[in-house]
Parts: sequence; structure tokens; C-alpha cells
Amino acid sequence: MGFEVLLKGNNVARLLGGLLAALRISLVSVVISIILGVLLGVLVTLRRPVITAIYRIYLETVRIMPQLVLLFIVFFGSTKALGLNLSAESASIIVFSFWGTAEMADLVRGSLAAIPVIQYESAASLGFDQVQTYRYIIVPQIVRRMIPLSINLITRMIKTTSLVMMIGIVEVLKVGQQIIEANRKSSPNAAFGVFATVFILYFLACFPISRFAGYLEKKWEN
Amino acid sequence: METILEVKNISKSFDDIMVFENLSLTVKKGEVVVIVGPSGCGKSTFLRCINALERIQEGEIVLDGESIDPAAKNLSRIREKIGMVFQSYDLFPHLTILQNLTLAPVKIRRTNRRDAEKEALEFLDRVGLSNKKDSYPRQLSGGQKQRVAIVRALMMHPEILLLDEITAALDPEMVREVLDVVLDLAREGRTMIVVTHEMQFARAVADRMIFMDGGRIVEEGNAVEFFDAPKTDRLRKFLHSFDYERRE
Repeated sequence: MGFEVLLKGNNVARLLGGLLAALRISLVSVVISIILGVLLGVLVTLRRPVITAIYRIYLETVRIMPQLVLLFIVFFGSTKALGLNLSAESASIIVFSFWGTAEMADLVRGSLAAIPVIQYESAASLGFDQVQTYRYIIVPQIVRRMIPLSINLITRMIKTTSLVMMIGIVEVLKVGQQIIEANRKSSPNAAFGVFATVFILYFLACFPISRFAGYLEKKWEN
Repeated sequence: METILEVKNISKSFDDIMVFENLSLTVKKGEVVVIVGPSGCGKSTFLRCINALERIQEGEIVLDGESIDPAAKNLSRIREKIGMVFQSYDLFPHLTILQNLTLAPVKIRRTNRRDAEKEALEFLDRVGLSNKKDSYPRQLSGGQKQRVAIVRALMMHPEILLLDEITAALDPEMVREVLDVVLDLAREGRTMIVVTHEMQFARAVADRMIFMDGGRIVEEGNAVEFFDAPKTDRLRKFLHSFDYERRE
């Protein structure tokens, strides 16, 4: 079946190392995306025409452009055009944060817009000032809406990290390919075993996260 | 009886559209004032102005000696004295019923949590909902939510209660359970301004009736005269629109 190649040398450790590289890129990007995305989402809620216009263009660009193209533009393009010497990992983090920030901002904007005006008014009529209204009534509702959605974004990012091998990062899929190549003679069936293992690794990384999102969604559906 | 609320010659317009002009109203402690009128006559906007949810262009609103001004620094503190219940269910969806009731007293009045919960449970018992204390708003019917909303306003010990068409969005059989609570509050001497379309209820609860139309107070008086012997044609016509006669 091709699983035997995993037992050779330190192949398992190498695969796990590749997974770790993927997780590192997605986690750093998610943290950056949440911070910038919340800021941008709140800015957009102010309804200034210029901000809204820039935001719409940004969001559409991110959604239309394949992540791989963005990766190539940032990694290869910046070297040529701007003379920057970005490492592949930095380039990946920039692209994933660029993407994640847009998605997060849209989640924040959507969650804020979904809160009815009457929530603000009834808080005001009870005597809450503006800061207290946000702290006790608006933000808790937004967080409940957003956390499950942003966790889904994390799993989507982890999946998409498989693209970064295209700019030379040795993540889990790349390690898998290397193992298959190295053992082509001794284990011609290695492809199935190795890719199946890669699949299981992605599953193990994403499934608990996605279950956790589902659990929170259920808990907070009120 | 001492005056608790004085509305002096207030005017309100949205952009260029005048909602009402030169409106005045004095409410005494313990009085129940019921405002009726056709949709769009400005009665809800009038209530919202009293709570400074809408900005007035002219005039003054004085509650208990203090002027209510949307720009005032102490606006939140004055609003504590005005309880308001809206037409749409406005409970906080992320909190249980008990938490909905205790949030404002604990965070704003700095009431001890245990005392606030004790008071909340007493109120819930009075409106027949003590078994719902740990439920979330979405698990309650419309009528139950409105009773909780009334209790939530009462938890701040307001000087006056503003009820803005609180049964307008309810199924007919739920209207009763909410209005019974309001009747109960009237009997115990709460000061209230009630905007409603329920004429039978208005008649039962009002110390004073006010008929508004086109941004003006057209007629006011005690409930019996108001309903049985209206002075103006306009009010007679309005009241008549609630009557149905069978044609054989």
C-alpha cells in the first residue's frame, strides 16, 4: 500500500515538521487578520464613502484573485519590481493576511450590521452610556457571531497553505512529494500511502478546530 | 399632586417634515396618560423625544426638575429615571432572562448582584414567569418577552414608564397577559405614558386620555368623557373606526 516508506528514516518527523510549517503560517496570518480585520470592519461601519469604496475594491480583489496568483505576485513580483528580498514564509504570511483581513473585516461588518437599532436604544433607555452599551450588549453579541465564523476561516487557511510549496516552502505536501520521489525505486506504491497520510494529517489538524466552531455555534445560538 | 414631567412647547421635525409643533404635556406623579391617534400622528416620536432618543428642535422637557437634553453629559443618569418598553421585543438575546433583568441594576446602579436577583425573581413571580428565569429570550413567546421587558424597565426603579405600542406586534391572545401587567402597575400607582391602539384597555387604565392627530393634541380629557362624549368631530370619527356594526 505504500505506508511502509513512512517508517524509513525520520519520514514521519519530516511530515510533521511540514505540517508545523503550514500551521505556523496560518496561525500567524490569522492573528494578523483578526487584528486588522476588526479595525477595518469597524472603520467600514462608519459609512464614510471613501473608506467604503476602497474596502469594496479590496474585498472584490481578494475574492476574485486566486491565492496562488497573489502568492506569485508578492513572492516573485516584489523581488523584481520592488527589489525586496522577501523570504517565502514572509511572502506567504503577507498574502494570507491580505486575504484573511478582507474576510474578517466582512465578518465584523456583517455582524455589526445585523444588530438591530432597538438593541442600542433599549440599552440607552435603561441608562447605559455608549461605552457600556458596547461593552455589555453589542460586543458580546458580535463575538458570539464571529468566533465560529473566524474559526472556519482558520481551517480554510490551513487547507490553502498547501499552495505555499509553489514558492518553495517545504510544508507537509512538499515533504510528501519528496518522500515519494526518494523511494520511487524501492516502493513504487508510496504515493498512495504518503498522500493518504498527508490527508489524515490535514484532517487531524482541521477536524477538531471545525468541531470546536460547531460547538460554540450551538452553545451561542441564542 | 406634584408634577413629575413637564413637556413645554416642543417641536420636532425630520429634515423638512414637521412631526409636531408646540406640543405641551404635564404629567403628575401616579398619573396614567394614554395617547391614541392614527398611525403617523407623531405619538411614538413624542414618546421617543421624552427619552431623548430623538432630538427636539424647540422647547424643553423637564423630568423631576432636570432638563432632558440629548447633548447633556448626565443623559444616561436621567434616562435611568425613565423606563421605556418598545413595540418590538428588545431583550438582549445573549443573556438569560435573569441576566437581562439584573444587567442594568448591577452595572449602572451598582446594586449587589444577590439583591438584584432577589428583586428580579419577585418581579418575575408577579408576572407569572419565575420558571423562565434561566431561559433565553428566543425560548419565550412574544407576550412573555414583553412582560420581561416591562420588568427589565422596572428594575431601574424609574420615576415614569413610557410604553410605546407594546402589544402592537403580539398575537391577540397574548395581548391580554401583557396588558394585565400594565393594569396592575397602574393600580399600584405607577406614573405612565402609554401609546396604544387597544381602546378597551385605554379606557380601563387611563386617568387622562389624549387624542393626537397631525402632530397636534386634538382633544384630551378623562376616559369616560373621552370615549362616551367626544367633543370634536375628528375624535368621534377616529373612535368610530374601531366599531363594527352588523348589517342585516
